[in-house]
Parts: sequence; C-alpha cells; structure tokens
Amino acid sequence: MHELSIAMNIIDIVEAEKAKNNAEKIQSIELEVGNLSGVVMEALKFAFDEALKSSSFNDAKIIYQEVKGIAECSACGHRFKTEDYVTPCPECMHPYSDIIQGKDMRIKSIVIE
Amino acid sequence: MCGTCGCGETGAVKIRKPGEEIHEHEHEHEHDHGGHTHNHPHTHHHHHHEHHTDDDHHHSHHAHDHHHADHEHSHGMEIQLEQDILQKNNLLAERNRGFFEARNILALNMVSSPGSGKTTILEKTIKKLKDVLPLFIIEGDQQTMNDAQRIEDAGAPVVQVNTGSGCHLDSDMVNKAVRKLEPATDSIVLIENVGNLVCPSMFDLGENFRVVIMSVTEGDDKPLKYPNMFETSDLCIINKTDLLPYVDFDVEKAKEYARKVNHHLDFFEVSAKTGEGIEAWMEWLKKKHQELKA
Repeated sequence: MHELSIAMNIIDIVEAEKAKNNAEKIQSIELEVGNLSGVVMEALKFAFDEALKSSSFNDAKIIYQEVKGIAECSACGHRFKTEDYVTPCPECMHPYSDIIQGKDMRIKSIVIE
Repeated sequence: MCGTCGCGETGAVKIRKPGEEIHEHEHEHEHDHGGHTHNHPHTHHHHHHEHHTDDDHHHSHHAHDHHHADHEHSHGMEIQLEQDILQKNNLLAERNRGFFEARNILALNMVSSPGSGKTTILEKTIKKLKDVLPLFIIEGDQQTMNDAQRIEDAGAPVVQVNTGSGCHLDSDMVNKAVRKLEPATDSIVLIENVGNLVCPSMFDLGENFRVVIMSVTEGDDKPLKYPNMFETSDLCIINKTDLLPYVDFDVEKAKEYARKVNHHLDFFEVSAKTGEGIEAWMEWLKKKHQELKA
C-alpha cells in the first residue's frame, strides 16, 4: 500500500509549489512513472483519487505518463526495452543486465493559475 | 490519514528504548478537563490539508456549459518541476548518510519478509562481534517491543520504531531513532526494517548497504516474485541452511534467480540457529567497516 504514501508525497510537493507561486488553482499535474519503479499504476491512480480529496486542488487533472524500462546487457552492452528485471539480452541472450531507465517517479510539471 | 504510508493514524509512529514508556502523539490535543482547558502543542510532521466535505466534490465535467459572454479564460502557467516524488525521503536519507559518514559508522538496512530470521541473525552477530566492534541497532516493527528486548538481552543498545500500521521505515523515522540511539563513532548501525519484501525497497534510509535476507523455508523463486527488493540490495543472506535437508529449497537456483534480477549481489549462506556461516558474514562486516576509513 505504498502507493498511497507516494500519492501523499505528490500532494505535499504540489501544495508547496502552489503556495510558493501564490497560485489559486492547480489545473493539472503531469506525472512520469517508470514501469520498474515499484509502483503499480492502477494502484497509484486509485490511491491518488482518494488522496486528492484531502488536497486543495481536488479538481486538478492528473496526466499519467508511463516511462518504459530500458536495460543494458552487462555482456555486450546492447540496450533493450523491458518490462521486468529478468529478460535476457535479445542480442546475445546473456541473462544479466542493468536497468538504465524506468525506475524513477517524477512530477514532470504542473499547470497553475 | 498517515502521510508515511497512507494506511494509519497520524502520529502513530513510536520510537523508544526498551523499558521506556512514552506517549508520543504528534498532534495538538485540546482536552477539556471539566472547566480548564489545556493545550499540548507537539511537533508536526504531517501536513494538514484542507479537508473538503463531500459537498465540495462536485467535479464539473461540463466545462463548456458556461456562458462565453465575457471570455474570461484564465490560461494556466506551466511549471516544469522534474522533481523526484520521493525527494523528501531521499534528502533526509542523504542527511542520515552524512551523519554516518562523519562518525565513521557503517550503516546497514536489513530487509526481508516476516519470519526470515533477521532478529536471530542480529542476536548472533551482536553476541560474537560486540567485543570487537560496537554495534547499535534500530528495530522496525509495526507493533511491540519484543525484538528490541531480544536485542538488548543480546547486549547491544537498541531503539525500537513501531510504525503502527505503516509498512516500512523511512528516513525520517531513522533520523529520529538515530538521535535517540546516539551511536558511537567508529561503530556499526544495523537497521532491521519492517518485515515486508515490497514497500521498504523504495525508501532509502541513508544506509551504506542494503542486505536482503531470505530463508530456505521460503520459495527459492522469491527474487523473481519480489524483484524490486533484490534489485536494490547489495548483499543477500540465505538463512536457516540447517533446514535444507527437510525442504525443497534449491540454493543454487535461488542465487541464479537473484543474479538475474541483480548480478551485483553477493551471497552468504548462514544458519543463525547453529551459527554456521555467521563467521563469514561477520568478516564481511569488519571488512566493510575497515574500508570506510580508506
């Protein structure tokens, strides 16, 4: 259930930005969620709907952008898209790789008015 | 709602030493004791959001049924934030890391499912190592002082963090626990996280190394089922090896699964109960502690 914790973090960050900019309203929040970030998108959406109710911008539009995972083969260096940690390199079939994209969760931007 | 985990009451986190009775509510209470009112202001972690009643929730999905007589469209201003959602936790984790570094302290975050034997490993480690290297322990559990009591009995200073309904430790709890624990310079701080193979993986506590523990009574495919925890760990301890003759756990298979997720992992096979393999793990601790000075 850490998705609710994540949602609350997002709300804290946006509330702070809203106050900093003396904004009256938050029109939208654009989130980037890596598909290897450990957050389940559906659970985050569900949690966020709940968490928004305790915020001062419960009618803000939330834009979810999923960031695809990219792994780099530790043998041949080939970079490939992946949805998990255990896909072998499609070029050389080596089983070990390092994830170089898709682990982050970011608030990309907000639109205030 | 709790900002730590989202699943409990605010101020439910308790941080204390064994034998210490505290009542650490992080709220502002106003009691009325039949005539006199008093106020206990305490520290607040949690942001108080404006609470709207249900009536406030008329989301209008008909944005264009207003009259366009005055054309007062206020166009929003976009602010590029590019901010990590866990930045607050990560910043405080860096402060913890700085604290440990300045005092030449090796800090480990020990994670596993409940019942893998984390506390027993700690007990064994304390008993064998405390005369050579000072050990300080932070115990994370949802409830009870049981583990802290076991650690104290084993002979190490300990602070228990009860997370209430929270499912993981975060850098703020560890920061507070460390202040209470006051670990010595040149020591080792072992942080036993809440037994949970999911949520703690996302929360940096400021540790030097993350140690994931699995036991042979679990499935050997745990690393595949809970990859995030294995992916973010530096070391994997396979515990309860004394039970290998009685279970179907395949050690080599488990290691291979774990390596597929994270090929940088090192492994130790131990039986905290019999003490087998504990020596090698302690040597690793001593070596890593030595390397801090280098």
